[in-house]
Amino acid sequence: MAVMTPTTLPLGRTLSLQAVRVLLLLVFAFPIVFMFVSSFKPDAQIFADLTSWRAFVPVGDISLDNYRGVFDRVPAGRMLMNSIGVSTITVVLGIFVNSLAAFALSRMRWRGQRVILTGIIATLIVPFETFALPLVWWINKLPWLEMQGFRLVLTEGWLDTYQVQVLPFVANAFSIFLFYQYFSSIPRELDEAARVDGASWFGIYRRIVMPLSGPAVATVAILTFLPAWNSYLWPLMVVQSEEYRPVMVGIQYFFQLNVAWGQVMAYASMITVPVLALFLAFQRAFIGSIASAGVKG
Amino acid sequence: MSHRPTSRSRRVAMTTALAAGLALTACSAESDGSGATTKDGVTTLSLWTHNGGNEAELAINERVVEEFNASHDDIKVEIESFPQDAYNDAVTAAAAADKLPCVLDIDAPNVPNWAWAGYLEPLGLSDDLFDGQLESTLGVVDDEIYSFGHYDVALNLVTRRSTLEKYDIRVPDMDQPWTAQEFDEALAKIKAGGEFTYPFDLGTAGGGEWIPYAYSPILQSFGGDLIDRDSYTTAEGVLNGPEALEWANWNTDLVEKGYVARKSGADSTLDFVNGKTAIVWSGSWAAVPVKEKYGDDALFLPPVDFGNGPKIGGGSWQWGLSSDCPAVEAAREYLEFSAKTEYYVDYATELSLIPATEEAAAQVPDFAPGGTFRDFYDYATEYAVLRPVTPAYPFISSTFQKAYADILSGGDPQEVLDKAVSDIDANIQQNGDYEF
Repeated sequence: MAVMTPTTLPLGRTLSLQAVRVLLLLVFAFPIVFMFVSSFKPDAQIFADLTSWRAFVPVGDISLDNYRGVFDRVPAGRMLMNSIGVSTITVVLGIFVNSLAAFALSRMRWRGQRVILTGIIATLIVPFETFALPLVWWINKLPWLEMQGFRLVLTEGWLDTYQVQVLPFVANAFSIFLFYQYFSSIPRELDEAARVDGASWFGIYRRIVMPLSGPAVATVAILTFLPAWNSYLWPLMVVQSEEYRPVMVGIQYFFQLNVAWGQVMAYASMITVPVLALFLAFQRAFIGSIASAGVKG
Repeated sequence: MSHRPTSRSRRVAMTTALAAGLALTACSAESDGSGATTKDGVTTLSLWTHNGGNEAELAINERVVEEFNASHDDIKVEIESFPQDAYNDAVTAAAAADKLPCVLDIDAPNVPNWAWAGYLEPLGLSDDLFDGQLESTLGVVDDEIYSFGHYDVALNLVTRRSTLEKYDIRVPDMDQPWTAQEFDEALAKIKAGGEFTYPFDLGTAGGGEWIPYAYSPILQSFGGDLIDRDSYTTAEGVLNGPEALEWANWNTDLVEKGYVARKSGADSTLDFVNGKTAIVWSGSWAAVPVKEKYGDDALFLPPVDFGNGPKIGGGSWQWGLSSDCPAVEAAREYLEFSAKTEYYVDYATELSLIPATEEAAAQVPDFAPGGTFRDFYDYATEYAVLRPVTPAYPFISSTFQKAYADILSGGDPQEVLDKAVSDIDANIQQNGDYEF
């Protein structure tokens, strides 16, 4: 029996590969480093440093003035909390609703299943921008229940609310497809064994399929979180009060006739941190799922 | 395997439904008003402004509102600010949902389109209120005033006296602005000096409305225009005629000779104060930072006369009344209150914006005759050309933006301009000449 030994690459090839990796790292890291470093510099210095290595190093007149300026100019704390809340709820509801839909499509047998699946996948080709305006009109007619003091009040229209930023994005064709693909790879014998033991469909979903779908959940979480966090056009159209605005709309506050670039960089740094943290937390599962599902974000 | 509801769960569900039904029956159905609500005899108006993030101007907006609210028991105005780049989209979406505020500010060239689309209605205030206003600060459409502004801004050539002296270039004034040939020679001298990255900054990194605002006056100085202003139904002959072609070639020549960057830096004012460029085509908003940096050495010169006189764009942000407003008279009362001269003075004093009336200008040292920024007032009075006063303007603007980008990128100017004319004419035709 032959013994497997690790393949060793020639030194030159190894060095070349490492050089390419370092180069790629620099290409992707430089803009982020530039953003963070510039967030501590005054505007004039940002531009003066642009053509030298100093652009990537915190040297010169370094201070937190830009961050103070950000909080003076926009309700950044409120916007961050809004985005964290909206994105988190969208992710949680999205995972639940889309995985349930995918479960029904991949594990259960019912009439019209293929047609529904084809229809869901077909919606992927319709860009959101094409129906955004009709959607505004439509959601403005929808009813909602609101507590006003101790009274339950039926109101019309969802404009200027949190739910209008969440609910239209919970059901997502791509997430359903991703879960469907992943669920299809889980052996059906597990379902059958569970049913013999008296498990309901929901029990199978909750106790068997979902616990085995960690990578798919992580991928959907990230792919749902990113557009929710980056959402700009939709909140712009449906949110009129500052108290409901998310972070991406906030960045436009800085683009006045004389742009305060240091503040732009400070604000951009602040809203990038949560995304980076999320990616780092789910990195392993995310990459694993992408590799297995053959998709990219 | 199926689960049937037990009689207990059924009872619980029915009780819950009944309770919810009773609760709802006990409550009145309510809906948000559009732009104004009245409660206990107090009418609350909503007011939208594009000044989100613009602390200085927003502070004046808020001061006007606070003073109005303090002087009125029966009307209250609530201000909502949006960031400028997002503002038009927010208004368009609100109009689609019938949720426009009562009072809103509008970028001047959009007034005809918003009036035509039914977003706005005429102010309905006495014309006497606007006596002495700069023409560019009134939104007059179909012979009715739809909007008024407290201020305007003015394009100009920003440079330094020391730079012109060093290269032996004449300092132009309104009596004798630079000619095209003089300007070309000036740029050649500065270029030859090798001191600056580029002798001239046209602000080509700018996008959106900056493009027609900044470059259509130059086109007009060459003798072309964005549309035939006799009929407002075609751009044929004016946007693709020999004068327009000359203008397009002038732009490409500047790039080919290395006088301007094909795409300039993101912030032309900062590039200028950092010494990268010698002359900048910019607005009066750049005056304060430039003056801070260079003091008396800073010059804000009149535009070049390319044959048909110096021209600059006219019209900035103005206040209007939405057609959705259920409390029109209250909104008019607010607008009339806000048109006091003291507020014109505030905008000019605190923001260095050009006051919209001579009366206000006289009260602002910088803009009074002989003042540091008086030239801007004179440029706005003498050179301002309104962007085409037609509902077609947003389409004309976006078409011109694309054409300008194509020309700078090396597209054949005649082909690009012919295509722009064809698109504009087709749009106007498709919209029935945008008749009211």
